[in-house]
Amino acid sequence: MEEIVQHLTPLLKEVTGYIYPNEIELHWGLLVVLYPYLTGLVAGAFILASLVKVFNVKELQPTYRLALLTALAFLVIAPLPLLAHLGHPEKSYEIFLTPNVNSAMAMFGFVYAWYLMAVLLLELWFDFRKDMVIMASESQGLKKWFYKTLTLFSSDISDEAVAFDHKAVKIITIIGIPSAFLLHGYVGFIFGSIKANPWWSSVLMPIVFLFSAIVSGIALVLMLYMIITPLRKKIIDMVCLDKLASYLFYVMIIDFTLEILDFIHRVYESEESIKILASLVQNRLFSSLVIMQVLMGMIIPLLIIAGVKTFKVPAELRKLLYFISAMLVQVGIFSTRWNVVIGGQLFSKSFMGLTTYKMTFFGLEGLFVSIALLIMPFINLWVLIKILKPWRAEDAELAASTPSL
Amino acid sequence: MKNLIKAKRRDVLKTMVGVASSLFIPKALVAEKAETKNFDWADDSINYNPYEHKWGMGIDINKCIGCGRCSDACKIENDVPKAPFFFRTWVERYHILENGETIIDCPNGAVDGFKKKTEEEDILRSFFVPKLCNHCDNPPCVQVCPVGATFQSADGVVLVDSDYCLGCRYCIQACPYGARFLHPVTKTAEKCTFCYHRIVRGEVPACVEACPTEARIFGEIDEKASPLHRFKRMNTIGVLKPALNTEPKVIYANLDMEVK
Repeated sequence: MEEIVQHLTPLLKEVTGYIYPNEIELHWGLLVVLYPYLTGLVAGAFILASLVKVFNVKELQPTYRLALLTALAFLVIAPLPLLAHLGHPEKSYEIFLTPNVNSAMAMFGFVYAWYLMAVLLLELWFDFRKDMVIMASESQGLKKWFYKTLTLFSSDISDEAVAFDHKAVKIITIIGIPSAFLLHGYVGFIFGSIKANPWWSSVLMPIVFLFSAIVSGIALVLMLYMIITPLRKKIIDMVCLDKLASYLFYVMIIDFTLEILDFIHRVYESEESIKILASLVQNRLFSSLVIMQVLMGMIIPLLIIAGVKTFKVPAELRKLLYFISAMLVQVGIFSTRWNVVIGGQLFSKSFMGLTTYKMTFFGLEGLFVSIALLIMPFINLWVLIKILKPWRAEDAELAASTPSL
Repeated sequence: MKNLIKAKRRDVLKTMVGVASSLFIPKALVAEKAETKNFDWADDSINYNPYEHKWGMGIDINKCIGCGRCSDACKIENDVPKAPFFFRTWVERYHILENGETIIDCPNGAVDGFKKKTEEEDILRSFFVPKLCNHCDNPPCVQVCPVGATFQSADGVVLVDSDYCLGCRYCIQACPYGARFLHPVTKTAEKCTFCYHRIVRGEVPACVEACPTEARIFGEIDEKASPLHRFKRMNTIGVLKPALNTEPKVIYANLDMEVK
């Protein structure tokens, strides 16, 4: 009690205009910013992987397994910030036992479980089954049993069985695309369906969320591919990298178009809330929206990639420019999530005033927990790569074809 | 024979759909049965059936003098935290200036009343607006609650079951009136209950009882022999944010267009 009063009292001075007295406390903080950011990366990475399997974009094959594992590494962390922000995390199971079917949020558990179990884990299992069987046969003792358990004690790696695996992967990916759309579109719906909040309430919200998710997912896999490949002492496949950058560019154009459409629509309709929203953007969100989201996160990377596409840029410089663009995109998409979640709470529902958000460093809602939550998926990814060795077959082939010196 | 099999298959499918969907609607079923149920209140002296009532509140803005007795009474009656960030009800003061500007203030929810504004020359009109949960008939907070902890009782009162509430705060986001807060100690959603513990005993809410000018009227919405019925007959009525289709059961007399 004392703590919250100490936290909120100085904020009273930061209020401009009039806000309802209960609105001083900002309810969804940094943790809730992380949630759509993380699920967005999951959905985006999965869509990228599906480009290889369903749309037969052969150039992206080197990133296929990396993208899938990235999706899983992030997906298992995605619900943690939500759980940590609850007033009563110990009661969270009630969302499964007595869900309110009218609530968008109640569907979270089901959408999440479907995506994790029916899509991602299943696809990974079929894709890695042959490798896991081989790894089980090549290892000894506990390790052997570990891999055997992972294969669910299947051992058939005949051509027919492997052909079936491939078919299964394709079918699951086809189901997976709408599922990934559902996973993140649904997160957008949680915000887009709140009629009390004009900053959120937009039918475009799920679609904007979706495309920004694909943007962030492609950018993340691009960065990971550029970091991991040299670590494996392999050469970055420039055809693959160019293709990744191209897809990033096209999806960014769609995303940016949608955001501009949303902006123009709001300004043109000029509803009751337009004055307070204009004031919100000009005052509270200027640096995070205009500078970080639009300029740094969208326009600059778009110009860089457009420049690379137009002029003949040598491979080394291209790599650098792609990497910088992808990093800027990450900053931009994180700002997008911030501007939606935090921005939507910085103006009063009386439309008469603005409030502020003061981030804390310690405690569950603090900065340090959020940083930890952002690091954890990368540790997951490292563990997954160690266990599943996604490039085992590829490396073996390469070793066999290169004559030893 | 073929038809028989078809019919059977259809029955099986029907049962399956029924069983599957019943997993999701146990609450609805329970609520239907409750109508015929005798209510067992922990206190034997209470004889109250929510199905026999439909509550609402009328607020006459012209009668409110901004003394803030209602806000104070509410905090005491309902053990609302005293800090100036948590209110089940509050009173706003509006100054509409000559230049068309609207200035609103609400120091400490008006628990201590208002201090007189010093420069008054340019004020065109001025009034007080008491606010509380609107107990909407189409409540957005109830719609979004993921576990059904926030619900609309049979008598129309919107309540929170704090045993169920996860503290996800989605309801606070969904309320267009800023009527909800998270209790800093219990970490569950809180709001006006129309003093439910009082109305089941036939008493009026604390704010209504404390109001010295009878600016707040409490009663049955649909009954003719109700002070609220007279209130509706004698006044021009408005509700807050009608465009949002929340259908408030807190209605206002002499509501100014500037009220947000």
